[in-house]
Parts: sequence; structure tokens; C-alpha cells
Amino acid sequence: MSTLSYTVADSATMLRRNLKHMQRYPSVTLMLIGLPIVMLLLFVYVFGGALGAGIDGPTASRGDYVNYVVPGIVLLAIASSAQGTSIAVAMDMTEGIIARFRTMSIARVSVLTGHVIGSVIQTMVGIVVVLGVALLVGFRPNASLAEWMAALGILALLALGFTWLTVALGLVSPSVEAASNLPMPLILLPFFGSGFVPTDSMPVGIRWFAEYQPFTPAIETLRGLWLGTPIGNNAIITIAWCAALTVGGYLWARRLYNRDPAH
Amino acid sequence: MTTTTTTTPPAIAATGLRKAFGDHVVLDGIDLTVPEGTVFALLGPNGAGKTTIVHILSTLITTDAGDIRIAGHDLAADPDRVRSAIGVTGQFSAVDNLLTGTENLTLMSDLRHLGKAAGRRLAAELLERFDLVDAASKPVSTYSGGMKRRLDLAMTLVGDPRIIFLDEPTTGLDPRSRRTMWDIIRDLVADGVTILLTTQYLDEADELADRIAVLDGGRFVADGTPEELKRLVPGGHVQLRFADPRGLASAAHALDGQGHTATGLTLQVPSDGSLRGLKRLLDRLDDESIEVEELTVHTPDLDDVFFALTGPNKNERVETR
Repeated sequence: MSTLSYTVADSATMLRRNLKHMQRYPSVTLMLIGLPIVMLLLFVYVFGGALGAGIDGPTASRGDYVNYVVPGIVLLAIASSAQGTSIAVAMDMTEGIIARFRTMSIARVSVLTGHVIGSVIQTMVGIVVVLGVALLVGFRPNASLAEWMAALGILALLALGFTWLTVALGLVSPSVEAASNLPMPLILLPFFGSGFVPTDSMPVGIRWFAEYQPFTPAIETLRGLWLGTPIGNNAIITIAWCAALTVGGYLWARRLYNRDPAH
Repeated sequence: MTTTTTTTPPAIAATGLRKAFGDHVVLDGIDLTVPEGTVFALLGPNGAGKTTIVHILSTLITTDAGDIRIAGHDLAADPDRVRSAIGVTGQFSAVDNLLTGTENLTLMSDLRHLGKAAGRRLAAELLERFDLVDAASKPVSTYSGGMKRRLDLAMTLVGDPRIIFLDEPTTGLDPRSRRTMWDIIRDLVADGVTILLTTQYLDEADELADRIAVLDGGRFVADGTPEELKRLVPGGHVQLRFADPRGLASAAHALDGQGHTATGLTLQVPSDGSLRGLKRLLDRLDDESIEVEELTVHTPDLDDVFFALTGPNKNERVETR
């Protein structure tokens, strides 16, 4: 076998290991999917009436706000899963078996790719569940099949980028607690963007931040694909962000993993 | 003139190992050679640097200085070749607690690319050999310490490594599990596997090792066979206890002042522990009709060596012989 096929085989082995962990201890997965669903229900049924009227005028209904808020909620699901990845990686690094892997003749990066692919699968499952609940509470997209595929593709790329970033955050954290706190800002990013209210309504400083952070173009792209609002260059910007996060996160994580482990 | 025509390279050859963590020097110039098929024991108190040596030789951490060749491969240049020749069982169990015993073993065989059928067969064999069949499909988090340690070693054996590092393989095990572990290690040696083990237990090094190096403060303070090390420290004697002071006095007289009174009614006579020496001593006492209440033979053990060589201000190297 070539080096590449060893890397693929070892990554698949590590992926199976991580999927078994998730399957055997589903509480973490359930909690990560639970957070965005609770937020969805909160924003639709508690804030939805007032916010919908504020955004689309006094005639707007709760249903209009569901459509507005779902892209932000879906990105919240990605951020929440990413936090779970960071915790899982930091916990795994405290296990003796990682030391064993390091002394074995295996593709080194496979430990990390196993985590990343496992987390992306977990995130996508979470997103499907969140979208299912959104449809139940009145989300009415007008997307074609092709637009749905494009939306899921964008979501997978985002999940990949943020997962590589949080794998690195999990590795750089000195403890599991730190690994849980470090990615916290990611959870807040959808709020400091166009996820819940339009950026026009924010004061200048925050508006400037909101317009240039990665979640805003992603939200606008998803909104465009699902609801037919203009996308403009948001899709390109989103894909560029995903590529940067994936490559940057990968290189950082690989460098951190190749350091001498703490003893 | 004789010449050696073929020389198999030693399984492990390291010279000039140095390692510091920040200002703290952990290894200060370590040289060691382990011939193929032998057991080498690193003996030393906590913090002496035993684990650091294992971590460096098993490619887990890098050395600050020194040359290392394992199974003939240069560790710095070709760590992956080294990794495929070695197996490591660390001090803290290197098992996946969320998986079952069988799953842990097949995880190893998958990573060694042995193929599915062969991997499953090997897992079943190892579970049998290490007495883990009943627990095979239970998650490892439910295992006892001894079971985890056996599974750990079983995982190390997947892929048939010819050089095995065991870092304190029996620390924390009950006496029975310890014996079981010793038997497993002896079986491996019988198969020609080279073993480097660390231990705090002197009897363990004595039982298993062909050569022992005593490590203290990041340096070897002595090394040799267990016999050579024991010869380093005085302390072999026969202890005689008498019923009354009269017996003691006449024995002291009969032995021409060779012995010295230890405590109360006991006399210590220097001895090399040999049967002939012992017989000569007893004959002497018999000739004088001296009654001895109790006789104990004390041969120096590695405990004596350990206490004599390690500890504060004992950092000088002692030459064997």
C-alpha cells in the first residue's frame, strides 16, 4: 500500500473509533443538537412576534420571522457542534491510548482526521434534525432541489472549516475546561451578525464587525438559497472563509499534534 | 587471531542521551546497549528519569542530545521504521476505555494493517492467552486494574513487535496479577523478544532481568547483572541466636572473634552464603558443643544495592568488579 492509502485506511479506522464513542455515549450529541433547537423555539415563540414586526413591518407574522431566523440557528448548530469537537479532542488527548498511537507506525494525522470526519457527520445529522424541527414550526423555504444541495454543501464546508479550527483549539487547550471555554465566542458569532436581526439596525462599530465576520456571508448565502433573497458575492466570500478555516485549522492542528506531548 | 564475522546489531543502542524540561535536567548522559533477546531493567526511585528514557526510546518525545539506534534503525532519521519494530506498554494504561476488549484489539490490528479476518483471529487468540475471554465484549471502563494491564500488553503484542518497552508493568497490581505478568514476560523472552522494562521493585528486576541499570538523578549509578550488583554491597552474613549469654560468649570465643554481637543474644558472622562456608561454621560450633537456638542466612539483595547507591549525595558512579 502507498502512503496515501495507509493514511486513508488509518483515518477510516480512527473514524470508526470516534463513531463508536458517539454511538455509545449519545448524551453529548443530544446536548449539542438540543441547544440550537431550544434557541429556535425561543426565538420563534418568545421573541418572534416582536422581532418579526420590527424587521418586516407591523403586518409581518411570526411565520415570516421563522424564515428569517433559521439560517442563523443552523449556524448556531455548527458552532455548538464545534465546541463539542474541541471538548472531545481535549478529552481524548488525556487518554493513554493517544500515547500508544504516537508510538505506532501509523499515519499521524489520522487521529485528527478521524475526529474531524466524525464531527462533520455528527454536525450534519444535527443540522438535519434542526431543519426538521424548523419545518414543523413553520419554516417555508422555496428552494429547488439544486438549491437544497448547494445549501447542504455550503453547510458541510462550514462544518469542515470550523471543526478543523476547533480540533486545533482542543489541542492547544491545557485542560478539558479550557477546551470547553475557548470556542465559546463561536456560539456568539451568529448573534453578532445577520442571524437574528439585520445588521443595518446595529450601531456602526458592531455593524462593521458583523458585516466582515464569516457567519454573515454564510447566513446571507443560505437565506438566498432557501428563500430567494439576493446572494451577490456572499457565496464566494463564504467559500473563501471555509477554505481559509480548513487549511489554517489543519496546519495549526497538525503542528500542535506533532509537538512533544506534555508529560 | 580470531575475528567476529557476523555481528547482529544490538536491539537497542543509545549513547549520550540528554533531556531537560526547562531548567530541570532529567537525563544527564545515558548510554545503554541491549542485546537482542535479553531483558534490560531500569531500576530507580520515582523521578530518576526511567519513564523519560522509555518515552525517548519509544519515539514519544525527542531527545535533546545523543544517538539512538533501535533494531538497527536510526531513531532520529527514521522514526517510522523504529515504530514498526517496537511495542510499548506505558505506565498509564493505553487502552480505549469506551471500547470493549475485542474492539481495542481489532483497533490495533486495523492500525497494523493485518486484514479483517486475521485481526479477528488474533484478537480471539490474545483474549484467550491473557485470560480475558469472559470480559471480551464488555467496555474496558468496567475492567479491574490487572485486567486493563493484561489487555494493554495484549494490544502491544498485536503485530508481533520484536522489541518491547514496559514502563512499570506491575505497579499497582496485586501479588497474583504480578506473578501472571511475570510469566507472560518470561514467555515473551522465550520467544526471543527483547525487553526493556522499568521498575521500582528490586525483586522484579532480580526475577526478570539479564542486566540491570540503577538510575538516580538522571545518570546510571551502577549497571551489571543482578549478581554483579549484589557483589557491590557488603552485607552477607549468618545470624546466630543463643539461649543465654554463656552460649554467646563461648561461640564468640570459638569463632576467634570473627563474629560481632548484633543485639542481645545474637551474633553476626560474615558469610558468602555458600554451603561449604556454612558447614565449616556449623562444624566449628558442633566441635565445641555450643547450642544454637536459631540460625538465619542473610544474602545481600537488591534492596541493599538500591539503598546503598541511590538517594541524596549518592550520585557517584560505582564500577562493577
